[in-house]
Amino acid sequence: MSGGHAHGLFVHRDSLLHRLPPQCKVLAALLFVLAVVATPREAFWAYGAYAALLVGAAGLGRVPIGFLARRLVIEAPFILFALFLPLVGEGERVEVVGIPLAVEGLWAAWNIVAKATLGLCATLIVAATTPVAEILHGLEHLRMPRIITAIAGFMIRYTDVITGEMQRMKIAREARGYDPRFLWQARALTATAGTLFIRSYERGERVYLAMLSRGFTGSLPLTAHNAAVPRQWALALALPAAALVINLSSWALQ
Amino acid sequence: MSLPVLETKGLCFAYPDGHQALFGCDLRIERGERVALLGPNGAGKTTLILHLNGVLTPGAGSVSVDGLEVRKENLKQIRSQVGIVFQDPDDQLFMPTVYADVAFGPRNLGLTPPDTDARVKAALAAVGMEEYAERPPHHLSFGQRRRVAVATVLAMEPRILVLDEPTSNLDPAGRRELAEILCGLDTTMLIVTHDLPYALELCPRGILMNGGIMVADGSTPEILSDRELMAANRLELPYGFDPAFVSRRAIP
Repeated sequence: MSGGHAHGLFVHRDSLLHRLPPQCKVLAALLFVLAVVATPREAFWAYGAYAALLVGAAGLGRVPIGFLARRLVIEAPFILFALFLPLVGEGERVEVVGIPLAVEGLWAAWNIVAKATLGLCATLIVAATTPVAEILHGLEHLRMPRIITAIAGFMIRYTDVITGEMQRMKIAREARGYDPRFLWQARALTATAGTLFIRSYERGERVYLAMLSRGFTGSLPLTAHNAAVPRQWALALALPAAALVINLSSWALQ
Repeated sequence: MSLPVLETKGLCFAYPDGHQALFGCDLRIERGERVALLGPNGAGKTTLILHLNGVLTPGAGSVSVDGLEVRKENLKQIRSQVGIVFQDPDDQLFMPTVYADVAFGPRNLGLTPPDTDARVKAALAAVGMEEYAERPPHHLSFGQRRRVAVATVLAMEPRILVLDEPTSNLDPAGRRELAEILCGLDTTMLIVTHDLPYALELCPRGILMNGGIMVADGSTPEILSDRELMAANRLELPYGFDPAFVSRRAIP
């Protein structure tokens, strides 16, 4: 997830989901998330059903559940925030092992954790079955402006280069006895940050020169796409369709 | 005599901060030549090559490629004819995959997808990197990235290939592999380098530059054997290297 390995989210396997065109997967995940978000928080069973759908999707993509669970750690800061809500909430309270918790806060925390976890799982499954470059292709296919996908592409391409540079500067600092235990030593860190910014800026200029030299005139050419066939769309959209059915039933049963 | 592939006449250039880097360079390269451009740091070599495809505009003098003068209105054509391989492959490879990167130039030239595809495949084959087409550039070794950088330019089918320090940071095997690839190409080449044995191996003709002017232009072995000329221009052969003893295997 951090630099070093940009494919940390990708599971190298061949499966039905891996072969699906990226635009289908991206759109399916987006629609699925919308259905989940629009579900009333009291309908516990619906969340169970969504989770079951995702387990099924992970199975089709041969993504190990343990892998997804480990990747969910990124959600931890949000969960911490959600856990805070019942403690500070106003209004009616219930005692849980001696701690008075706000009922409204408990509902809000459950709502955030459940929806965020399901949404994150859906995107993790897309990322586990689609290489980064293909996700960008998929977004282009879905008419995402080329400038946005280009910026995302540059970011992915240069994250490793810049973290590598940062790492080398860190080693160079430590090789000269730098040991940031005192506040006044933070100066070296800010200087490093400044240097890194200048170097990246200069690199940006060199990259632009290289682009100009290969005939760049202001618009990045689109890369070739494989169009999805209706069968693939049908397969991908089965997930949000099922989610929509769950969503509508949860409202109907209220 | 036929039209030279590359010709500069009285080329002068000063940077916006007033530092003058070129003081009248005359250079003429014929079709099929492989020329080494030698000179110490700060001699103006990089400034010169940035003029060859119009990234920099001459303060005085002119540059022409295949008889076509480098001017704003010809830039598109010029840039398809002069292929520059920059020193750091991380600057040259900016697309998410090797394939997309090699396709960048041909797509800018307005080629159709099937034509682009053919160019990309031919260029990657020329540098022995066909198997890596779908890889992201940052997952390749440095030597592989350098080879892909050469392919990105070859895909544009340039009249002249300009390489800026092609051997910098390469390990000896990577250096030799690149030499084999370059020798196998019949494109006209201008190689800017500090690696004098490499210049000797690849380029029959050498040009020595210093202080923004051409100091010498002649056969590479002769330039490298001229001790006074070399010393006067801060050029030194590696320890124990004698150009007179080198067999000229690579040069046709």
